[in-house]
Amino acid sequence: MIKYFVKRIENLESACGTRRIRLIYRRVTLSRVLRISALLLFVFVLFCLAALSLGAIRIAPADVVGAIADTLLGNGPTPSEDALILFSVRLPRILFAGIIGASLSLGGVVFQALLRNPLADPYVLGISGGSALGAIIGIVLGAGSFYLGVPFLAFGGALLTVFLVFIVAGGSRGLLLDNSLLLAGVVVNSFFSAAILFSLSVVNSMELHSISFWLMGDLSGAAVKEIAVAALCLMACFVILYAQARKLNLMVQGEETALQLGVNVQRTKYILLIVTSLITAVAVSLAGIIGFVGIMVPHMMRLVFGSDHRLLLPAAALFGASFMVVADTLARIILAPAELPVGVITALCGAPYFIFLMRRKGRA
Amino acid sequence: MSIICAQNIAFRYTNKPVLDDVSFALDEARIVAVVGPNGSGKTTLLKILNATLFPNEGLMLIDGRDTRRWSRQEISRTVAIVPQESPAIFPFFAEEIVLMGRFPYLRSLAFEGKEDYKIVHDAMGRTDSLPFAHRRFNELSAGERQRVLIARALAQEPKILLLDESTVFLDLKHQAQFLSLLRELNRKQNLTVIFVTHDINLAAQNADQILLLYNGKKYAIGTPADVLTAENIREVYDVDVGIDSNPHNGSPRVTLLT
Repeated sequence: MIKYFVKRIENLESACGTRRIRLIYRRVTLSRVLRISALLLFVFVLFCLAALSLGAIRIAPADVVGAIADTLLGNGPTPSEDALILFSVRLPRILFAGIIGASLSLGGVVFQALLRNPLADPYVLGISGGSALGAIIGIVLGAGSFYLGVPFLAFGGALLTVFLVFIVAGGSRGLLLDNSLLLAGVVVNSFFSAAILFSLSVVNSMELHSISFWLMGDLSGAAVKEIAVAALCLMACFVILYAQARKLNLMVQGEETALQLGVNVQRTKYILLIVTSLITAVAVSLAGIIGFVGIMVPHMMRLVFGSDHRLLLPAAALFGASFMVVADTLARIILAPAELPVGVITALCGAPYFIFLMRRKGRA
Repeated sequence: MSIICAQNIAFRYTNKPVLDDVSFALDEARIVAVVGPNGSGKTTLLKILNATLFPNEGLMLIDGRDTRRWSRQEISRTVAIVPQESPAIFPFFAEEIVLMGRFPYLRSLAFEGKEDYKIVHDAMGRTDSLPFAHRRFNELSAGERQRVLIARALAQEPKILLLDESTVFLDLKHQAQFLSLLRELNRKQNLTVIFVTHDINLAAQNADQILLLYNGKKYAIGTPADVLTAENIREVYDVDVGIDSNPHNGSPRVTLLT
């Protein structure tokens, strides 16, 4: 199985090298970063408005805008039924989807840079799995009754996985071999999958329901308070990550190159791993395991905007947010009034994306 | 004062000794070749010189200061290395690669300014890599990539330039261009150049000094004529060579006798 993964990783690496879409070189300047961020933010807002009007109950876009205007201007004696649906049900969920999408995409960008591997993301490395296991242990032990008890255990699980993966890969001896880390992730991941399945078979049926639904990646469960915590956490982590953006550019050139160009590699790596574990843990503990977003979004953004992380980080965060809003809206409306777990949608998009990439490699 | 001073340095990878009790001092603005058979510790010595590795024993002093005491950014403004190859997994453009040479001069959130672009443009012009500045690094030929990496090292504006077999992928024209560029920088900006090579004649023709390593030990250091003797080469490389004088510049010329 490990051989199979190595093969796949190698295929994808060369697929990236022989990409056919031509990208015109443009310098990365502060104004360009701001312009592109503003554009992507605008796209995100448009998707949010569309997502607000869609659902089991259709609310016409004009009414959506009207309701927003009423609320903002403080008009209207009592909120209408539409306004209730919009602001108490849909809006929190849409923002939540955006936050989760941005978190997972950022995690993907950072891990791909750290491992110099376009296939890496928190999911592949087992960090999502470790985080989920931490959360499940929390649920089983009743940590849910403490404020932020479950996310805290999820963070513990994520951090533990990062160190476990590093120890398995021989990271204690200094600079890491890139592929060994990825393979260690695969091994650790399958161990956690087994542990999660094991815990599913021993808990009672009530807990089973809450755990299994959430394992497929589900955005319906979050409370407003939790969403606010996730948003704050995302913003703080983004600021820290963005301060490392140029260092990430150099890390991609190899750790030795980064070192000799003036990056304090070990310290940068620890900062990045801890911050990324944190956003992954928050995302997983609130929304479950959602695959493929962390691989697909950074990949697309690199195709369009190039590899400079000063542009890539905000672009991936904003586009990841839009992507997740669309995926979650599809999950809400495809079988309306029933809902799909959003992880199903992302996997349905993600798999063809990879086949597309691999086929293109075949033609080149 | 010598710009580089190695005092009894020893280095081991786990238990295998790579360098053993190596001492030498190099003056500023010299061109020094490091030669020796495979596994003699040349590349490790370069890594110790640019402080990506530190000696297990002894001291490596640059500008009279122990390399352990330099911050990463400080050392990167003083010492630059041109590696043999650089991985090209993500699609960076050639100019972006050269811009990375400005990293040690910028604050972490800063964007490159006019001055940085000017330096980068200049470095790329000198290595004849401007024609592909706006192409992807991973789509360039090995020789073109090498020129981009040389430009990146120049963009660091170092006082010491380290080269690890940096001419192997260059064609004749660009080899000549590169060597004359090195001599020009050496003469006009007092750049100290230390290059590792297997090409003894390249070393003999271009270096002021040659450091000959053998089994991790300093075997000899001195002018090409002093170091490149038939006896030394027989002892170190285990081959017989004939040595005469290069008709163009009088440097020793080594010919394999087979």
